[in-house]
Amino acid sequence: MPEIAAFNAIAAGIEPEAEKVQARATLAGPRGRKPRRALSGRNIMVYGTLIVVALYYLLPLYVMVMTSLKGMPEIRLGNIFAPPLEITFEPWVKAWSSACTGLNCDGLSRGFWNSVRITVPSTLVSIAIASINGYALANWRFKGADLFFTILIVGAFIPYQVMIYPIVIVLREIGLYGSLTGLIIVHTIFGMPILTLLFRNYFAGLPEELFKAARVDGAGFWTIYFRIMLPMSMPIFVVAMILQVTGIWNDFLFGVVFTRPEYYPMTVQLNNIVNSVQGVKEYNVNMAATILTGAVPLFVYFVSGRLFVRGIAAGAVKG
Amino acid sequence: MENVSVSVKDLSLSFGAVTVLDTLNLDIKDGEFLVLLGSSGCGKSTLLNCIAGLLDVSDGQIFIKNKNVTWEEPKDRGIGMVFQSYALYPQMSVEKNLSFGLQVAKVEKTEIDRRITRAAEILQIQPLLKRKPAELSGGQRQRVAIGRALVRDVDVFLFDEPLSNLDAKLRSELRVEIKRLHQSLKNTMIYVTHDQIEALTLADRIAVMKSGVIQQLADPMTIYNAPENLFVAGFIGSPSMNFFRGELQLRDGRAFVHANGVDFDVSAYPSRGPFKAGQKVVLGVRPEHVRVDEALDGQPSHQAVVDIEEPMGADNLLWLKLAGQSMSVRIAGQRRYKPGTAVKLSFDMAVASIFDAASENRL
Amino acid sequence: MAGHTRGSGRPNQWLRNLNAKLASIPMILTAVVIFLGGTIWTVVYSFTNSKLLPRLSFVGLDQYERLWAAPRWLMSVQNLAIYGLLSLIFSLAIGFLLAALMDQKIRFENTFRTIMLYPFALSFIVTGLVWQWLLNPEYGIQSVVRSLGWTSFAFDPLYNANIVIYGILIAALWQGTGLVMCLMLAGLRGIDEDIWKAARVDGIPMWKTYVFVIIPMMRGVFITTLVIIASGIVKVYDLVVAQTSGGPGIASEVPAKYVYDYMFQAQNLGQGFAASTMMLITVAIIIVPWAYLEFGGGRKRA
Repeated sequence: MPEIAAFNAIAAGIEPEAEKVQARATLAGPRGRKPRRALSGRNIMVYGTLIVVALYYLLPLYVMVMTSLKGMPEIRLGNIFAPPLEITFEPWVKAWSSACTGLNCDGLSRGFWNSVRITVPSTLVSIAIASINGYALANWRFKGADLFFTILIVGAFIPYQVMIYPIVIVLREIGLYGSLTGLIIVHTIFGMPILTLLFRNYFAGLPEELFKAARVDGAGFWTIYFRIMLPMSMPIFVVAMILQVTGIWNDFLFGVVFTRPEYYPMTVQLNNIVNSVQGVKEYNVNMAATILTGAVPLFVYFVSGRLFVRGIAAGAVKG
Repeated sequence: MENVSVSVKDLSLSFGAVTVLDTLNLDIKDGEFLVLLGSSGCGKSTLLNCIAGLLDVSDGQIFIKNKNVTWEEPKDRGIGMVFQSYALYPQMSVEKNLSFGLQVAKVEKTEIDRRITRAAEILQIQPLLKRKPAELSGGQRQRVAIGRALVRDVDVFLFDEPLSNLDAKLRSELRVEIKRLHQSLKNTMIYVTHDQIEALTLADRIAVMKSGVIQQLADPMTIYNAPENLFVAGFIGSPSMNFFRGELQLRDGRAFVHANGVDFDVSAYPSRGPFKAGQKVVLGVRPEHVRVDEALDGQPSHQAVVDIEEPMGADNLLWLKLAGQSMSVRIAGQRRYKPGTAVKLSFDMAVASIFDAASENRL
Repeated sequence: MAGHTRGSGRPNQWLRNLNAKLASIPMILTAVVIFLGGTIWTVVYSFTNSKLLPRLSFVGLDQYERLWAAPRWLMSVQNLAIYGLLSLIFSLAIGFLLAALMDQKIRFENTFRTIMLYPFALSFIVTGLVWQWLLNPEYGIQSVVRSLGWTSFAFDPLYNANIVIYGILIAALWQGTGLVMCLMLAGLRGIDEDIWKAARVDGIPMWKTYVFVIIPMMRGVFITTLVIIASGIVKVYDLVVAQTSGGPGIASEVPAKYVYDYMFQAQNLGQGFAASTMMLITVAIIIVPWAYLEFGGGRKRA
């Protein structure tokens, strides 16, 4: 009678199950995962605050974009938070190619290219010099090196205003005042403390035995730098690059002090366009120009993400 | 003088006011395996770095192969070095790691290949040549690091705690390999470690160091059995030698160390000079030189009580109280004692050590 | 040991490590000539009556007397004091609160962080111009609120001499609190997880743990952040230029702008030098005690 056997087997299977249920019932009370309400008071407070804060931070960016896409009549009528009824890219075109600073009406494009011509060499030169400096300080300490380094770091805290005029004189003496080269030198000088510190700390953090091994292998100052240290240090070079590109691009003071108007970087030109007293204020063009100027560092920021945070933390905490 | 490989003469090194090495002298024979042993901060690694030329000495001279290399660059000293952290160049493949130094020295390509092939063969790292250090295990990395010293084709190998970063099992495996390497290459090797097992197993001679001074320089058995002073006696051996502080007494033509009210008969001790009655001394007996409930010829026995038992498999370690003082005894693994058991101890004084309490030197 | 084989002569002390010394020349020049020399030069010339060009005719403390009698300078100093104090308090408080919120094991942490930090990537010029637009009384926040019915609503800090410095403060906080938050968050993350576990086992409420345990442990982070904010405050220049150009009138002038204007526009170098020397002294007052605390004790380690 196979059916009965099967039935018995099933019954046998059921029996202990019932016991298990009973055993479970005797162990009453909380069991398993602790229930959590997604909408607990704490969560509402934390996320609510964060969302409000995030909106506050995003608001100016939103307004900038909206304003830049409206025509002037719509700006005069409506409110700044409203999205444009009619999207126009004309302000962007005008900001880029025909906005006026004084008598000059070729837009921000000139400032953009000036900034490129300033930022690229300044970043490369300052990083090259500072990384070699940091390497010498970390691995090839010589007498007096620490003294110079201390002066350099203390110097990072001196307000630029104190050192500007002597630099003007020095640059004038060597015939570079007002030129792009002069500004590149200035950026290299003022980037040096933080970058040197960054590289020194990074190289000092690499295992010293690696350096010793390379010396036993007969490698000298430059061989160790180029063949051992450089290939190992790409992350810190990227961090330095982010730091320098955003810092130099965003500079205003050095640009206005050390260059002639035809070499003004984008920030200076932007300020001149927006704050010029002549003519009717074109807020949409102003905002388009502002976004254009902020675009490069913002791009760097969004692309680099975590490294940017690391860069400013390294720069800020240690500096 | 002919077969001296490395010679250190009156070497001193100080950083500012801190003296790390003080007029240190050391001669290492050709083909010798010398271990510098000491706890951290004793100056052993500093000495090795001086020999390598990685640290400038304050005073004194260093000779390698009878050539004064005191002011030479590391690369010109004819040394190869292996580091604790391996110090492999992370961005280079194993092969590049091995060839880097030779390329810098502008060695011919065919010669480089020949040496790498040979080193890879000796160390059995042929399959790893194309890999990056990050893709290797700790043991493999250390093998490559040794290979980097090997391809330099030098007379002297310097090892700076090469096995300290490895786990216990790998450490004992590589220890055997280093010994085998030394037996086949017959190079001079100077090996820094804080691990006494490594020192005892590898060394032809051990230099035990403390505070920048060599305490004893001798072969491992002498270091273990006849330590020159109290520091060496206490440093070598695990568990440590049992020490009894007391006074020498001479009675009836026999010599005793009277400590904690117990008279230890030390007549069998091979003393270097005659004993002076009343001298304050320290008697040292290794745990394995004490017999438990086993009479030793001509030795009186002492009453003791078992405190704790630590069975270790092959051995059994007993911690006992003898006249109020704690001491350890090593017995065979199968002999077990319960705590509180009273036992009889007898000491093998022929292999004991006695030190002057004041100078701490061996009598 | 007769006949030392001194095959290789000891290298000349100056030539030892030659490459490292050559490589350090830019650093040495910058440190000595620009930072040290430039600073001394400016301080020395602040005692002269240089006008269009620097001249070494000393007039004692004349420039400083004139400086402290100038209404514009006094306004600058007052503005800097208000702006500095408030931005220190607010950026530390807001920055820490945000960091504490971010440290609650929240989801989308990266998104929130990205949003809070992006203004820091923007220049002060961009920041100033955006907020100039937002605070524009005719079209900005004020007009929007008015159009919603509150017709008497007034919020025009940039056009009101009494409160203009707060208008600048709002922009500065928007730009800089993200950084403070990041530094604080890094500090919070650096605290041993076990501290939190111990506090939880002991049943200490979260806010008490923050106030009595975590914040005291983060003393170093707070001090460093303080120094960073403070040295940034003294340098504030671009933001004011972009947002108000110092106006209305002289109501939002700051010392850094005073220096620039006197050096490069008013052709009165002596005043510029004296003002910049005052800035130097301010920074020194902030930095010296910090450096003493930070490195005075750390010497022993080296």
